[in-house]
Amino acid sequence: MKQLSPASRARYFRRQLVDRVMSGLCMVAAGVGLVLLGLILWMLFSNGIGGLKLSVFTNSMAQPGAEGGLANAIVGSLIQVGLGATIGAPLGMMVGVYLSEVGKESKFASVVRFVNDILLSAPSVLIGLFVYQIAVAPMGGFSGFAGALSLALIAMPIVARTTEDILRLVPQAYRDGAVALGSRENEVVRKVVLPAAFSGILTGVLLAVARIAGETAPLLFTSLGNTNWSTDLTQPMASLPIAIYRYAGSPYPEWVSLAWTGAMLITVGVLVLNILSRFSHAAVAGKSQG
Amino acid sequence: MTTPAAHRPLIGARRMHLGDTTFRISLFAAGALVIIVLFSILAIMFAGGKLAFDTFGLGFITGTEWNPVTQIYGALPAITGTLMTAILALLIAWPIGFGIAFFLTETCPVKLRGPLGVAVELLAAIPSIVYGMWGFFVLAPFMAEYVQPWLTSTFIWIPPIPDTFYWFTAPPIGVGLITASLILAIMILPFIAATTRDVLLSTPQLLKDGAYAMGATRWEALTGVVIPAVRGSLFGAVFLGLGRALGETMAVVFVIGNAIRMPDSLMAPSATIASVVANSFPEAEPGTLDLAVLLALGFILFVVSFGVLAIARLLLRQERMS
Repeated sequence: MKQLSPASRARYFRRQLVDRVMSGLCMVAAGVGLVLLGLILWMLFSNGIGGLKLSVFTNSMAQPGAEGGLANAIVGSLIQVGLGATIGAPLGMMVGVYLSEVGKESKFASVVRFVNDILLSAPSVLIGLFVYQIAVAPMGGFSGFAGALSLALIAMPIVARTTEDILRLVPQAYRDGAVALGSRENEVVRKVVLPAAFSGILTGVLLAVARIAGETAPLLFTSLGNTNWSTDLTQPMASLPIAIYRYAGSPYPEWVSLAWTGAMLITVGVLVLNILSRFSHAAVAGKSQG
Repeated sequence: MTTPAAHRPLIGARRMHLGDTTFRISLFAAGALVIIVLFSILAIMFAGGKLAFDTFGLGFITGTEWNPVTQIYGALPAITGTLMTAILALLIAWPIGFGIAFFLTETCPVKLRGPLGVAVELLAAIPSIVYGMWGFFVLAPFMAEYVQPWLTSTFIWIPPIPDTFYWFTAPPIGVGLITASLILAIMILPFIAATTRDVLLSTPQLLKDGAYAMGATRWEALTGVVIPAVRGSLFGAVFLGLGRALGETMAVVFVIGNAIRMPDSLMAPSATIASVVANSFPEAEPGTLDLAVLLALGFILFVVSFGVLAIARLLLRQERMS
C-alpha cells in the first residue's frame, strides 16, 4: 500500500466503497424480500390456524350461521387434481421422452420444446376460457371433468419439461449398453432409461400436482364450484381455491375465517409437495453420482 | 448357439418392428399434441371473439368505453391496466430480485446459501390466490391508511396531465393500480430471484476467477464480467417475470378495484384483461356479444403473452447454446 500514490489510493478506497455499498444494498434487498414473504406466511397462519377445527374436514360448505366446513371443497380438489394429474402427467412424460430420446435436436422437436416452454407460462385464466369453449359450452354445463381437463393442460407442459431435463441426465452409456445387449428402441426407454430416471420424473409430477392444486382461475370457467357435496364428474364440483375465492370476498366473518383456513391448508399442502419433490430429486442426484 | 437376440434384425430392418413403430408414433403424437393445444387455444379464442372484432373492428382495441348496458365494448382500459400493473410490478420486483440473486450467489455466507435458496424457491410455489387474499385483507387497508396519503403529499409536485392523468393525486381507497402492482411485484419476486440466481450461477467460474485475479471487487466482477457474459439470459428472466405478471388473475382480481375505465392516476381503481375476464364471465351467456368480447380479450392477452414469453425463451436459449 505504501508505494501507491494518493490518487490511486483514493481510487482503491472508492472501489472498495462502491463494492461494500452495493453488496450491502443487495443484502438489504434480500432482507426486505424475505421479511415481506415471511410476513405473508405469518399472516396466513395466524389467521388460518384459529379456524382449524374438525368440522372443517367433516362438514360441507353451509349457509352463514350454520357450522360449515370445507369437506366438499377438499374432496372436490382432490378429485380434480388427481384426475388432472392422471391425464396430464402421462402425456407430459411422453412429450418429455419424445424430446429427449427420439426427437432430440430435430426441427420438429425444437418447435415442440419451444411451444411447450410457452405453454408452461401461459396465463392459466386462458386455459380455463379455452376448456370452457371446447368442453363446457358444447356439453351444456360446468363439470368436474372440465375442471380436471383444464388442470391436465396445465400439468402437461410442467411434467414434459422436467421429464426431458431429467432424462438428459441419464448417462448415454446406459442406452449404449442396452442397445449392445440387443434391446429395441422402446425397450431401451422402457426398461433402462425410464427406471433410471424414475425418482426424477416423480419430482416433476409432484411439482405439477403442487402447481395445479393452487390453480383458481381455470376452475372458475370449468368446474365453477359447488356449495354442496358432489363427487359427480358431470356436475359442477367444489374446489378449495374456488371456495377460498368466494368466501374471502363475502361479508360473513365465519366465511372469511374459513377462507383463511382453506388458504393455509392449500399453502401447507403445496409446500409439503415441494419439499417431498426435493427429497426425490436429491435421491436422483445422489444415485447418478454414486 | 442361436439365441433370440442373434435373430434380431440389424439397424436398417429394425424400423419395421411393430413395437418400435407404435412407440415412435405415440411419442410423436404426444409432441404434436403440444403444438395442437397451442394453436387450438389461439384458434378457439379468435373464433369465439370474432363477433367482437367484427362488431367493433379496430375500435375494439382503441375504444375507451366499456358499457355492458349499451353493449359498447372497448378494450383499451383493460389493456392499459394490464400493461401498467405488469410493468410497474417489474420495476419494483426486478431490482429487489436481482439483489437477492446477487446476495445468494456472491455475498451470502456459504452455509446460508442452500437454505435461503430453497426458501426463495418455495415462496415461488405459493398459490397466487393466497397473495390476492393477503393483498385484500392486509395490504390494501395498509395502503389506504398510510402509504397512499404519504404518496399523495410527497409527489404532489409532479405536474399532472390535465383531465388525463394525476399521478399520485387520488382518494386513498386502498385498492387500485398501485396496490395491484405491489402484490404482483411481491408475487413475481421469488420467481425473478430464482431465475436470476440460476443465470448468475451459470456464469463460468473461470471468467469470475479471471476478474478477481485482475484485482476486481465483487461488484466490479459482476458489472464488468458476469453481467456482460449473461446479459441475454438476464433479460430472459425479466421477460419471464413480465409474462407471469401480464396473465396473473387471482392476485390482481382482489386488489385492482375492478373499474373498467381509463385510469386517471396511479392509485385509481382499474382492471386488467385477466381480471375483466374472470369478473365479467359469470354474466356472459354463451352466444352473446358479452362472451365474445371476453374471448376477444383473451385472444389479445394470449398474443401479447406469447410474444413476451417467446422473447424470453429465445433470450434464455441463446445463452444455453453458447
